[in-house]
Amino acid sequence: MSFGIPFTPPEASSIAGSVDLLFYTLLAFTALLGVFLTSLVIFYAVKYRAGSSADRTGERARSLPLEVTWTVASLLIAFVIFGWGAALFMRREHPPLEALEIAGLGKQWMWEFRHPGGQREINELHVPVGKAVIVSLASQDVIHSFFVPAFRVKQDAVPGRTTHVWFIASEPGRYRLFCAQYCGTQHSEMGGFVTAMPPEAYAAWLGNQGQGETLVADGEKLFGALGCSGCHGNSSKVRAPDLTGIFGRPVALDNQQTVIADDRYLRDSILNPKKEIAAGYEPVMPSFDGLVDEGEMQMLLAYLKSLSARDTTKSEAIH
Amino acid sequence: MNTEALSSSSYLGEGAGPAAWLLTTDHKRVAWLYLISLTAFFFLGGAMAVLMRIELATPAGDLVSDDVYNRLFSLHGIIMVWFFLVPSIPATLGNFLLPLMIGARDLAFPRLNLASWYVFMLGSLFALASVVFGGVDTGWTFYTPLSTLYANGFVSMAALGVFTVGFSTIMTGINFIVTIHTLRAPGLTWFRLPIFVWTMYATALVMVLATPVLAASLILIVLERMFGIGIFNPALGGDPLLFQHLFWFYSHPAVYIMILPGMGVVSEVLPCFSRRPLFGYKAVALSSMAIAVFGFLVWGHHMFVSGQSAYAGVLFSFLSFCVAIPSAIKVFNWSLTLRKGEITFETPMLYALFFLALFTFGGLAGLFLAALAIDVHVHDTYFVVAHFHYIMVGGMVTAYMAGLHFWWPKMTGRMYPETWGRIAATVTFLGFNLTFFPQFVLGFLGMPRRYHTYPPEFQFWHILSSAGAVVLAIGYLMPLFYLGWSLFRGARAPANPWRATGLEWQTASPPPPHNFDAMPKVSRPAYDYAMKGLQHEKFSPHKDEA
Repeated sequence: MSFGIPFTPPEASSIAGSVDLLFYTLLAFTALLGVFLTSLVIFYAVKYRAGSSADRTGERARSLPLEVTWTVASLLIAFVIFGWGAALFMRREHPPLEALEIAGLGKQWMWEFRHPGGQREINELHVPVGKAVIVSLASQDVIHSFFVPAFRVKQDAVPGRTTHVWFIASEPGRYRLFCAQYCGTQHSEMGGFVTAMPPEAYAAWLGNQGQGETLVADGEKLFGALGCSGCHGNSSKVRAPDLTGIFGRPVALDNQQTVIADDRYLRDSILNPKKEIAAGYEPVMPSFDGLVDEGEMQMLLAYLKSLSARDTTKSEAIH
Repeated sequence: MNTEALSSSSYLGEGAGPAAWLLTTDHKRVAWLYLISLTAFFFLGGAMAVLMRIELATPAGDLVSDDVYNRLFSLHGIIMVWFFLVPSIPATLGNFLLPLMIGARDLAFPRLNLASWYVFMLGSLFALASVVFGGVDTGWTFYTPLSTLYANGFVSMAALGVFTVGFSTIMTGINFIVTIHTLRAPGLTWFRLPIFVWTMYATALVMVLATPVLAASLILIVLERMFGIGIFNPALGGDPLLFQHLFWFYSHPAVYIMILPGMGVVSEVLPCFSRRPLFGYKAVALSSMAIAVFGFLVWGHHMFVSGQSAYAGVLFSFLSFCVAIPSAIKVFNWSLTLRKGEITFETPMLYALFFLALFTFGGLAGLFLAALAIDVHVHDTYFVVAHFHYIMVGGMVTAYMAGLHFWWPKMTGRMYPETWGRIAATVTFLGFNLTFFPQFVLGFLGMPRRYHTYPPEFQFWHILSSAGAVVLAIGYLMPLFYLGWSLFRGARAPANPWRATGLEWQTASPPPPHNFDAMPKVSRPAYDYAMKGLQHEKFSPHKDEA
């Protein structure tokens, strides 16, 4: 910072430093190459200006060794940058197992977050420092994009599916949260702040938010209210798949295929149950499309996931 | 200097009156029809950009409302991409020069050529109607489901405009491909073609192969809006991301439609004003074809954070680095062309050198975007805006200006005022960098694109950018006036004012309607500036003839 003019964004997550290392290395390389090429052109332009006395003998219009050299060199450098960028990128796919999962819902034109304990926030997100946070993103209407520059993370929220983004905040502070994907009239107003706080302060903050029902409890209520438990419950007369431990489990389908029961599968099974039918069951389940909005979908998914968490040794969100 | 009056044997003197122009099948006159229409669109789209930059001088939305701002950037994109950049060089300079450069009397299908302009104008009517009725606010990318279910502008009208214009693009593409295959003069083998012709060929291939996909995706948008067919609507089992795949399958190759012709122009200008053959001719020719082919395989790099599979992202990143290589090869070859030359700095050369600098830096910025982990941070920010403006404006528009000045004597039979040309080129270069360099910093800081308002800490860089936009506008307005003046008052141009080697310079300026009095025969390679009599001749820089 100088004279209050920002040149670099704050580095406030566990990955920000390593992304910036690649950024600055690439910046140094491109600046060097760009300045070298520009200087070369200026040098030639001055030296070989018409009428100058520079020696012009031995000119060539091609040089195979030179052309092969710069082609191979460009390829090698490109592959190094590619590999470096891809290796950092793939960490997005592997969030730590012990993570706090917060539901994020984008809608025109606000971000709504729900903590595991049921605490709700609009355009504000409080997270503990030093702990992995997974934001599972959904959208009520159009495509939005969750973007926290200080964390170097960005992920689109796409209607009809659940996407994930994770980060570990490393510095306490208040950081800008944006919607990065153009989403209509008030796109530029859709954002606010992420507040990273020490874990104990976060716990205290959670406690002050007035205990609502947890997301899982809301989901369980909905599971009853929508009549899901009528068939999927233990005392049901209709034969429907038992959902205990369903999340993350392989499911055999009646078309001989097997799918993993992830967010996508569960969402599709609720909204479009005829699409993938579990082997051995009659396709009698009605569609809940139009009856369940995205916020309710997040509750249901949280509840279904909790049916797995109880079975395994995986601890609850806050340990 | 040739001072005789414009003879009626020139294509300009043959039949005045609106009908003689509007019903012409002479490729040189069709080029003018395009040039006039495209110039109008360029300044319309440019005016929208200036309005946006004025709005962005302050963080609050105080000049226009959010709905108006969203319409401004949407229409700026739609107009600049489809009504200026895509047709720009091919439909104007390409139309005018392609037959001249290969020693033909016209394009293969002269009537198709005229028809393409009428189709273009029909498409523009749709686009202009959508502006007049209240605009469109989807961005030029028409992302679903915003465009299909939520946007309240005249989306179908604008989409139909772009759809229609696509057919004119396809017509031009087919015409160019057939012309280059069948109408080359005797002795003009493929590897004797000027690079401009090679890039027209590569561009035409992409136009013919990619544009139908754009047409399909836009029709799907219209069908979805009118009949709710649901192909992009998740509630009906559709997938909004499918649209992005279809759209970028066209639109990424389309950026090569937009830049390849610019590469062609500077490949003509740099050798001419260096008095040297183009360095590595074959590599430059073949790299144009490589760009055209690889350009089809990288569309997914617009979607790294869209929810597309991470493994697809890795593959698209890899291919994106591959497509950078042919561009790098070209930059090295252009730079080496200057070596041991006899360089002069007329306006076309200044523009070409500025192109070289801006394309180099814009291209290097592309490496950041192709690198996955960095793209996650700078995707959908001003970094992307800066990158593609460096390529599209700093690259393509600068090359267009280089070409316009270079061939102006051939097209009009008049010289432009050299001093004014040099001033305008320099003003444009400075204004461009002032406008767009700060946007790289803004993007790295996290400033998202398409924002009507923004956090106050970004204002310093926005002010620089807005100030630059004013300078840039002046740089683009100047040629409008002095070129307009030179049409009537400029000094008469000789047949070959630049002592260039291309076939187009071997006929009169302006050329006769049938282009050549005698069918040219070609026995030498392109850019034969080492030719006896040209090589050691003392060259005096071109003087103002105004």
